Amino acid sequence: MLTPAAFEPAGRRPPMVGSWRPRLFAVRHAAAAERFYAGFERVLLALAPLARRVGYDRAEGTVALVERAVKGPLFDCRMCGQCVLSSTGMSCPMNCPKALRNGPCGGVRQDGTCEVYPDMPCVWVQAWEGSRRMADGDRIAEAQPPVDHRLKGTSSWLRVMRAKRPEPAPEGARKGAATG
Amino acid sequence: MRPHPDDIGPEPHAPLPPLPGHSSRGRLERVLRRGEFAVTAELNPPDSGDAEDVYERAHIFEGWVDGINATDGSGAHCHMSSVAICALLTRIGYSPVMQISCRDYNRIAIQGNVLGAAALGVCNVLALTGDGVQCGDHPEAKPVFDLDSTSLLHTLRTMRDEQRFLSGRKLSSAPQLFLGAAENPFAPPFDFRPLRLAKKIAAGAQFCQTQYCFDVPRFRQFMARVRDLGLHEKCFILVGVGPLASARTAKWMRANVAGVHIPDPVIARLEGAADQKREGKRLCIDIIQEVREIPGVAGIHVMAYRQEEYVSEIVHESGVLRGRTPWRRDFQPRLEAVESLGSG
Repeated sequence: MLTPAAFEPAGRRPPMVGSWRPRLFAVRHAAAAERFYAGFERVLLALAPLARRVGYDRAEGTVALVERAVKGPLFDCRMCGQCVLSSTGMSCPMNCPKALRNGPCGGVRQDGTCEVYPDMPCVWVQAWEGSRRMADGDRIAEAQPPVDHRLKGTSSWLRVMRAKRPEPAPEGARKGAATG
Repeated sequence: MRPHPDDIGPEPHAPLPPLPGHSSRGRLERVLRRGEFAVTAELNPPDSGDAEDVYERAHIFEGWVDGINATDGSGAHCHMSSVAICALLTRIGYSPVMQISCRDYNRIAIQGNVLGAAALGVCNVLALTGDGVQCGDHPEAKPVFDLDSTSLLHTLRTMRDEQRFLSGRKLSSAPQLFLGAAENPFAPPFDFRPLRLAKKIAAGAQFCQTQYCFDVPRFRQFMARVRDLGLHEKCFILVGVGPLASARTAKWMRANVAGVHIPDPVIARLEGAADQKREGKRLCIDIIQEVREIPGVAGIHVMAYRQEEYVSEIVHESGVLRGRTPWRRDFQPRLEAVESLGSG
């Protein structure tokens, strides 16, 4: 039988039976993952000066590689570059064949499996269960903007660092600002 | 009873004169805002390039419904497009609901189509995710899913209220639309469904049409939570209903149509009937009569796939219109009549 076509955010083939087991583990331990992430964000921000010295653009390749290696097996991360795991019960929404980032579609089967892949537990049924285990799980109610497809393959970690610890303006621009 | 004077414009094909507090110039919004129990029906789009096929399919609903939904590649099957059907329906004076499925278009195509539809007189839009391509006749197609139904609603509201594209670029004239969402209270995760509707309302949904309701107790639970969240005061909820042709059809639908939940007792009731088709209609009317009493329900959405000829019968027998008659061509004042008044 042919595998049904699906949206493939990272150009990856559709999931194989069983390959989502680690993902379910992450959801089952969403509370622990949430605590870990809170600590990890502090580490990231502590590392920001280093990344800034190297230059965020120059660090991109290496950091993205590490992020893919860590989040790939854990969450089946698709490297959308705009991670929302903490708002989706630690269930990566980019594994939804419809790439839904705001909630489940109407096609979820009665047993909680996916409309497109009947073998796969629905990403959003998992997300809801995960969110109920998290202290800050109500963030699942926050609306997510559409995906920026330009960010595919880039590091979300660096994006967090960039947003919270912005790179200083280039030398020339600062001088211009001072004199102007 | 003739339709409300607000529902009849000078020209049947043009949007109605604007009313304060209304976001569209369509009839569906007026009926709902007046607090009437609204009826919408689903038109099964033809596989043809002939406008007559559309008119024929819409004509059987005339005088029985307040809005006609033109599906957009439902079940991922290819048919005449929703935007074209809606444009044809506005020529006559019907009040079409254009459906947009995120499966088939990216944000550039969607926004362009919406402007075109508004220019052609379409006043109602229903934002949908869309069935996966695997269930249609082109399973080898590339699914788009650039936006999801919630971000689609947000996009449409931005165009209407902020008069700009998602990119920020200004529109010289905003599309005046009544925005709708779909919800399936009968699919897991059940506890999340009311919250998901809340998310859609926050993104712009003003009305909601649900998936087929065959499980009234489940729907009651959903509505109880909807009322707790106060959603019924922010959004008109139309319950999806429809006749099942037979127990066999019901079983087939349950197994093959994405998102349709039919409990066993419903199938048993059909199996036990001498005339299953008649029982299917009776069941539909019974469900309508149950759900119309649930607080917060603003109307029904009748999906009678391949049984469209029974819609008028179902609406009539269920008595949901309470003697009201939705717009019909013969209610439209004739121009000649007005002229003769002027000359006389």
